Amino acid sequence: MKALILVGGYGTRLRPLTLTVPKPLVEFCNKPILLHQVEALVKAGVRHVILAVSYMSELLEREMRAQEQRLGIKISLSHEKEPLGTAGPLALARELLTDNEEPFFVLNSDVICDFPFEDMLRFHQQHGREGTIVVTKVEEPSKYGVVVYEGDTGRIHRFVEKPQVFVSNKINAGMYIFSPAMLRRIQVRIDANTISEKHCHFIWNFQKYIYFFNCFWMDIGQPKDFLTGMCMYLQSVRQQAPERLRTGPGFLGNVLVDPTAVIGENCTIGPNVTIGAGVVLEDGVRVKRCTVLKGAHIRSHSWLESCIVGWSSSVGQWVRMENVTVLGEDVIVNDELYINGANVLPHKSIADSVPEPRIIM
Amino acid sequence: MLKAVILIGGPQKGTRFRPLSFEVPKPLFPVAGVPMLQHHIEACSKLPNMKEILLIGFYQPNEELNRFLSCAQQDFKISIRYLQEYAALGTGGGIYHFRDQILSGSPEAFFVMNADVCSEFPLPEMLDFQKEHGDAYSFVILGTTANRKQSLNYGCIVENEQTDEVLHYVEKPSTFVSDIINCGIYLFTPEIFQHIGTVFQKNQQDMLFYRTRLEEQSNGWHRAEVIRLEQDIFTALAGQGKLYVYKTDRFWSQIKSAGSAIYASRLYLNQYHTTHPERLATNREGGPKTRGHVYIHPTANIDPTAVLGPNVSIGTGVTIGAGVRVRESIILHGATLQDHSCVLNSIVGWGSTIGKWARVEGTPSDPNPNDPYAKIDSETLFRDGKLTPSITILGCNVNIPSEVIILNSIVLPHKDLNRSFKNQIIL
Repeated sequence: MKALILVGGYGTRLRPLTLTVPKPLVEFCNKPILLHQVEALVKAGVRHVILAVSYMSELLEREMRAQEQRLGIKISLSHEKEPLGTAGPLALARELLTDNEEPFFVLNSDVICDFPFEDMLRFHQQHGREGTIVVTKVEEPSKYGVVVYEGDTGRIHRFVEKPQVFVSNKINAGMYIFSPAMLRRIQVRIDANTISEKHCHFIWNFQKYIYFFNCFWMDIGQPKDFLTGMCMYLQSVRQQAPERLRTGPGFLGNVLVDPTAVIGENCTIGPNVTIGAGVVLEDGVRVKRCTVLKGAHIRSHSWLESCIVGWSSSVGQWVRMENVTVLGEDVIVNDELYINGANVLPHKSIADSVPEPRIIM
Repeated sequence: MLKAVILIGGPQKGTRFRPLSFEVPKPLFPVAGVPMLQHHIEACSKLPNMKEILLIGFYQPNEELNRFLSCAQQDFKISIRYLQEYAALGTGGGIYHFRDQILSGSPEAFFVMNADVCSEFPLPEMLDFQKEHGDAYSFVILGTTANRKQSLNYGCIVENEQTDEVLHYVEKPSTFVSDIINCGIYLFTPEIFQHIGTVFQKNQQDMLFYRTRLEEQSNGWHRAEVIRLEQDIFTALAGQGKLYVYKTDRFWSQIKSAGSAIYASRLYLNQYHTTHPERLATNREGGPKTRGHVYIHPTANIDPTAVLGPNVSIGTGVTIGAGVRVRESIILHGATLQDHSCVLNSIVGWGSTIGKWARVEGTPSDPNPNDPYAKIDSETLFRDGKLTPSITILGCNVNIPSEVIILNSIVLPHKDLNRSFKNQIIL
């Protein structure tokens, strides 16, 4: 079976992290986002993954070669010269996807959830239609694409992108199964050198079915949601594989710690914390609801809540960081500062407090 | 034989020092570990001919004041008395009212000082200067240099550069007059009372005149006895060959607000290096790590992993837990700082508690370090409708829970907070 993952765009909403590393390779709970998806797909029987990319594809290519070996599958990259949205990549990858009659998965790369791929496949084969679209229920539908459909028949009435007034709380979860027949019917006008979104008519009136998905789901394309998604994911780890979490004195709630991380005395870590490889937490550190990426160093007596600490960054002593502060790669925060909601670009040194949220270039 | 008079004001004065002044009269507030007044008294008692120190003010007698007086008398072996004004009589009216007490024993000269200044007190130099200038009855004002803009907030002195005579004196002018400002420390001879007496007579005559036209007389400021040295005496004496200014470039600052108490602490702590090195904490085995100048009272209990300073004063019975960081702050008696907390640019009131990992932080209002003549601003509390970022003050018995931040805020006494606060006054 095949799967197409729409990696596309520049990942601008997850900057500054995506200034250093392409979004699919940013570690979510100590594993690259893409790998969460690929491993789940492989478990459902996928043997060929196609990544529709447009940005930093060389870095991704290198990483994917390694994963190909490890997982024993094939990974291709479908290059877009510019971001092509949703329909474009499908059209571009048409050749690869239609070489046999098997249905294929399509997946938005920002989605983290309890991937229901086996169930989706069973459902799709059962209804025999051309497409299956996954919807899920959320609390704030106006951030997403809302799907209005008939509950019993699954017939889709319409899609409404980011509705300003309440239309429905069921949204497009960014996961689909399509059959090759549907793909062949996409009308594409191919310009001499480019395929762009406006040339593809993505015909939604193919016969399709709604698969309603009720477990945790999050679009982790921006830092605030990245952290919320982390909390949800850690909760599901507690339910399914609690031995992966770190417990004991000084650890509260769900905490994931890489075995190579070093944690000092008198720290209180958690709830909802992910500590990456080689991270050092010195004595007396308090961390809540944070992701600390590989190689970062948090010095003693600091207090962090709702932050993402970028790779190899260094946070000084007695620092207080809160309110979705994101440090890019190799950021240095001096001792005794207060950082509130700062978005700090890579390789920056912070010598003054940031009492109100802003971007630091 | 010499005497000294220290003007200590009263409860209606020093409102900019609230909420700290709710608990203790401002002149007794500890600066660099000892009450503000003690620095004055120490300087006075070093003069060999100093026979008596008189405190004049309109505080009701209270426990702290009495206790301070008896301790000071014992420590410095000199007569120290408090003379209470029956009403606020102004900087001149008070000394005039008690002139008999001041002149008893026939001192040749006496110092008059405001309690709310922080200074190196160059008193011997002022005495020498007085002998060399004018006649035996001249008066000396201690002056220092301010920058042009800030001079407008003080008494401005125009001097004759050769003779050091005061040619002109204006209190808080609205346009620039001079960058030499009045430090609030004076050296007078008994003749000063003749001049004050003249003003008093004139006031009485004016009052009489007005009373025939207006019935109300009870407003304090309209009393004949209210005389201000600066506006009423100096302005008149300028240019008469009686008033001289001794300029100093040693440290000096007003102490009007809580922020200036921290700045004054720094100045005095620096001075301790030469005058009282035993008051400065050192890095020793089993003690906390200190940076710069730190005062720690012997009864304070401090974890060795704490890091204190620069410019930190720790009062009696204070408890400081593991991994605590304190910088540019005053921690008053009996306060408790729990593990990993961080206190920067703040005053933590008597008996207050700061929870684990809490952050109590203010914004310093220090004078521009690049300008040698810059003085600390007496900031207004609000500007453009918003609270001006300033030192964070916790009144007495305030409880700060763990893990919160209190930033640029003023918390009134006996308050239990339950969340973070920024840029607020919490009643």
